[in-house]
Amino acid sequence: MRFLLQRTAFYLFTAWAAITLNFFIPRLVPGDPVQSLISRNQGRISADAIDSLRVLFGLDSDASIWEQYLDYWGQLLHGDLGLSFTFFPTPVSTVIGDSLPWTVGLVGITTVISFLLGTALGVGAGWRRGSWVDGLLPATTFLSSIPYFWLGLVAIAVFTGPGSFFPSSGGYEAGLVPAFDGYFIPSAIKHSVLPAATILVSSMSGWILSMRNMMVTVSSEDYITVAHAKGLSERRVALSYAARNALLPNVSGFALSLGFIVGGTLLVEIVFSYPGLGYQLFQAVGYKDYPLMQGIFLIITISVLVANLLADVAYLLLDPRTRKS
Amino acid sequence: MSDPVLEIRGLRVDYGLGDAAVHAVRDVDLTLHRGEVLGLAGESGSGKSTLAYGLTRLLPPPGVVSGGQVVYHPVDGPPVDVLTLSPAQLRQFRWAETSIVFQGAMNSLNPVHKVSTQLLDVIKAHDPTSTAAGRLARARDLLRLVGIAADRLDSYPHQLSGGMRQRVMIAMALALEPQVVIMDEPTTALDVVMQRQILGQLAELRERLGFAVLFITHDLSLLVEFSDRIAIMYGGRIVEEAPAAQLYRQALHPYTEGLLHSFPALRGPRRELTGIPGSPPDLRAMPKGCAFHPRCPKAFDPCDKKVPVLGAAEPGRDVACWLHPVAAPVPH
Repeated sequence: MRFLLQRTAFYLFTAWAAITLNFFIPRLVPGDPVQSLISRNQGRISADAIDSLRVLFGLDSDASIWEQYLDYWGQLLHGDLGLSFTFFPTPVSTVIGDSLPWTVGLVGITTVISFLLGTALGVGAGWRRGSWVDGLLPATTFLSSIPYFWLGLVAIAVFTGPGSFFPSSGGYEAGLVPAFDGYFIPSAIKHSVLPAATILVSSMSGWILSMRNMMVTVSSEDYITVAHAKGLSERRVALSYAARNALLPNVSGFALSLGFIVGGTLLVEIVFSYPGLGYQLFQAVGYKDYPLMQGIFLIITISVLVANLLADVAYLLLDPRTRKS
Repeated sequence: MSDPVLEIRGLRVDYGLGDAAVHAVRDVDLTLHRGEVLGLAGESGSGKSTLAYGLTRLLPPPGVVSGGQVVYHPVDGPPVDVLTLSPAQLRQFRWAETSIVFQGAMNSLNPVHKVSTQLLDVIKAHDPTSTAAGRLARARDLLRLVGIAADRLDSYPHQLSGGMRQRVMIAMALALEPQVVIMDEPTTALDVVMQRQILGQLAELRERLGFAVLFITHDLSLLVEFSDRIAIMYGGRIVEEAPAAQLYRQALHPYTEGLLHSFPALRGPRRELTGIPGSPPDLRAMPKGCAFHPRCPKAFDPCDKKVPVLGAAEPGRDVACWLHPVAAPVPH
């Protein structure tokens, strides 16, 4: 419990540092948002509009940087992340709120499936070396060595096109309104199959390989021989003794990979024009949309920190040796 | 002498297959009688542990049992050859009839499971009809048997000291009241005080429960004191087998003599520690004839030509050495 409090305090400190950096970095960038809006509109903005924009972005006040910093925290705690330029005048929090479910839905579920499937195959491959599962390894390793964007493009080229079942882009059929109904859900699932499959193909071999190697390492431990000598069933030795111990590094790896769900999926979403956070970030960079970038970075930072905390907790639960009594 | 409980006949264990195979155990004959402690001693690499793993069919690849029989005599019922049991029969046989205490006290327990889990699962696996409460009571009794407080059941292995862990392993080995307990250097990783305590406890438990022990160690001094009979292994063969006291008083094989002179006696006249010159034979290139002859101070004419056969030199004493012509070779 004490350990957990210590870790939480550490992560809170890290979060504070990250948020503070997030506040200062845009202020170190030359130019300001109004200027970039002007240039986006190629100068066709009246002087009045420019003034009101300055007021809107809070650039009119001559508050000190310290006051601005405190204000920033105040706004942050109210969930106010500013206004997006790209989708002006939609608040950043709304933009993120709209795209986050897509990313979490697609990449989150895929990550979980990839972990479960890869780990299960790894257990099989490591326990019975030389079986058919072992034969799978070179194939999956080959697939994961292909650059992801290329794999995505090949998938689009091969499986989509006129008359094909799979759509090549987007998160749902154009014209549908996001809702939990019989039209939207099937369409969303249909749109997610191809990106999900490509993620699976490219990420699974990592889980298989690491689980297999841990299984092989653990299999030569003395307690595995003891378990055999005890006359336990093959299944019990494989699962409760070997896999249970081999799982530890994979579980913390999994918890960490949860943190990259939000941030690490840029390519998937760009290639498939999927309306998730990564695609939004891509657009934000293109339009110099600082508030949106800031907001997305904040979300990424927080999710990585939360994932780290989860990894700590998972390890604590699974490995009694890390618990301090 | 009581009836045999485990008879090893002509057991051969190889590492690898075909011509590249290394013969780690060569035609070993060994009989364990009901309730006795049979010590098996030898240098590292002499094949002691391989023999133990081979007879319980726990050899990790590339180890292969390439010949022989391991006949187990149950208390009631006909004898069975352990080497021909089906996987399901073997699972039933293991631990219930022959349990093992392994070398590494530190690593024999799974670090992520509680002591109770590891004690209970073996009882459950062999007696599926037992109730949870019954198993728990049995586990408590077992811990008490080896002098550990019953509340230690909820401990994880890393919370126990090395000696406690080994005692937990001994408790586990006795869980199903087996006829044979194989101990592969059970006290090697422990300090001498703990070693003594555990051995004392073991001797007492054996008195009480009457199981037979195959005690494997490189520490001959330990065996002299603790076992009824001692077998000496060299280069994968048994070279001498005799009652412990006789062997200690007068070793027949020069190798045994060398081992006996490798540790000091506590009483009796002072004598020089000589040890054995040279190093154990390379199993891939065994010397011709007697495997010990390159190191043997008494080697003579036939030693480098013909392998001596294990046989009775005196009643109750077997030796494989040309110095002691065999009256009657041990029948296969």
